[in-house]
Amino acid sequence: MADPIIVTEGLTRRFGDTVAVDGLALEVYPGEVFGFLGHNGAGKTTTVRLLNGVLTPSDGHARILGLDPMTDGPALRRLTGVLTETPSLDERLTARVNLSIYADLYGVSKTEVKRRVDQLLAAFDLTERADDKVGEYSKGMKQRLALARTVIHQPTLLFLDEPTAALDPVAARQVHAMILSTAREGRTVFINTHNLVEAQRMCDRVGVMEHGRLVALGTPHELARSLARNVSVEFELAPGSAEQAMTALQAMPVQVSAGQRNGTVLVSGAEREAIPDLIDRLVSAHVRIYQVTPQEPTLEDVYFALHSDAEVKQ
Amino acid sequence: MNWRAIWAIMRKDLRVVLQNKGVVLPIILLPVILFVVLPLLVLLLPAALGSTGAGSNDLQELLAMVSPGLRSQLEGLDPDAAGAVFFLVYMLAPLFLIVPIMVSNVIAADSFVGEKERKTLEALLYTPTTDGELLMGKLLSAWLPALLVSLLGYVLYSITANLAAAQLVGRPLFPNLIWTVMVVWVAPAAAAFGLTSMMLVSVRAKTFQDAYQTGSLVVLPVLILLLGQAVGVIYFSVWLTLLLGLGLWVVSLVLLYFGKRTFHRTELIAQL
Ligand SMILES: Nc1ncnc2c1ncn2[C@@H]1O[C@H](COP(=O)(O)OP(=O)(O)O)[C@@H](O)[C@H]1O
Ligand SMILES: [Mg+2]
Repeated sequence: MADPIIVTEGLTRRFGDTVAVDGLALEVYPGEVFGFLGHNGAGKTTTVRLLNGVLTPSDGHARILGLDPMTDGPALRRLTGVLTETPSLDERLTARVNLSIYADLYGVSKTEVKRRVDQLLAAFDLTERADDKVGEYSKGMKQRLALARTVIHQPTLLFLDEPTAALDPVAARQVHAMILSTAREGRTVFINTHNLVEAQRMCDRVGVMEHGRLVALGTPHELARSLARNVSVEFELAPGSAEQAMTALQAMPVQVSAGQRNGTVLVSGAEREAIPDLIDRLVSAHVRIYQVTPQEPTLEDVYFALHSDAEVKQ
Repeated sequence: MNWRAIWAIMRKDLRVVLQNKGVVLPIILLPVILFVVLPLLVLLLPAALGSTGAGSNDLQELLAMVSPGLRSQLEGLDPDAAGAVFFLVYMLAPLFLIVPIMVSNVIAADSFVGEKERKTLEALLYTPTTDGELLMGKLLSAWLPALLVSLLGYVLYSITANLAAAQLVGRPLFPNLIWTVMVVWVAPAAAAFGLTSMMLVSVRAKTFQDAYQTGSLVVLPVLILLLGQAVGVIYFSVWLTLLLGLGLWVVSLVLLYFGKRTFHRTELIAQL
């Protein structure tokens, strides 16, 4: 594998008594779409700040693209683009002016600025409203503009902090498509998110943060396999026997609900080893079973598995 | 220093500031009131109403109180002319300083605090600019407009004052040495003072309004000067003006030193 583009060792940041990031050890490789998962306050934003030399670590160190964020901040930030949690756009200025000012700040060659701005406005579907004040934009348009600004200097490494948290599903889908297309251009993308579906769909690898600590790391698939101990199983039954099945499974430590397709029930919260017992029960209650389909565990299952562990420990 | 980036920060701040009525209104109204309305009112209104204008008894009493130094400057003029010179050249000189102080102060409030309030600072902190460039951009975007407005205000004032006093004094009062020193030496220092004091306010203030209100305390020294001259403790000679400028520069540099110590992106980001 190529050399990692992000390496951190023991990276720690405290705010008073709060340990926002706690001994983070992480490697991210070129070309990856890396998902950094965690709920509010887990330390995701603080990590992005540390990795860009915008915040000083209390302990540990990081090397990004071979540079030390604390001593080579400006050189590093020339190579990274950061989409902040709030779009951080000048709402009193137009999209065009917002972009051209950042082109200057990022040192895009002067002869290129106009062409690059026009090209981004078109790529992010903003050309028609390019000369309107950003304050009049919808949330989705603002987010697209903020994304366009993030790539104006063609960064090698992109940080996206909760890119779709404030968006409706349609706008979120557009933003996803744009993120994937920038990733296809060979960029490394580091996405902070608490949206598990988003992480599952977009990320090659994910790290799960909890209270500043990295508690899991791997591909969504690996994590789901290794961590989701409880699985969901879909039973396709003879028409009209759902009631019968629910009664039969009453005594088992599982949840039973109507499945998405007609004539199916979904049994969740069961351990994998318990599946034969479930079938046994149904068969001895004379429920006719057509098909049994274990559901692929999702990151959501992983997340809750991890989370309930932490709650038990506390 | 990357001047292109500094210029971009200024361009951004100024374009944004110009859309804030709370900033633009005082920047336009203050010079107009001080330099056009006030001299016209004081000199022309009494005449129009039939009283003796600048030569009135009240003013004579005031002139009797001023410092001997200032009185010697007015000697040889008839009472009306003395009144006009006293008012237009001396009394308004400290008031002139309000303009560079307020303009830089209010723009700095928008640029330092308004930027936090609008949540636009964070993206700026992630750019490759250094802390020094960021600070330079913000300082210049408040300082240069303050100089420009002061200069325009001075030109405007010279015209109104010369017109208003033409009959009374019989010669143009402007340009003169005291005011030239005011414009080229003291006004830039006053602008620096208005803005560096806002730097300190900006560390605590959360909103533009807060910063603006706290910041307006910077005109207090001007009122003290005004009062000092009115009661005869000081008067605006060339030397005093030079000294005043020096004092303001020194104070501004001290304030800048303290302001600069907290102006690091690693500190700024924690204030967001
Ligand atoms: N500037 C700050 N001052 C004090 N505490 C902070 C600051 N920034 C973050 N924190 C704390 O650090 C923890 C992690 O925050 P953050 O990195 O923003 O989490 P996330 O982005 O995952 O929601 C939280 O408990 C937060 O309150
Ligand atoms: Mg966050």
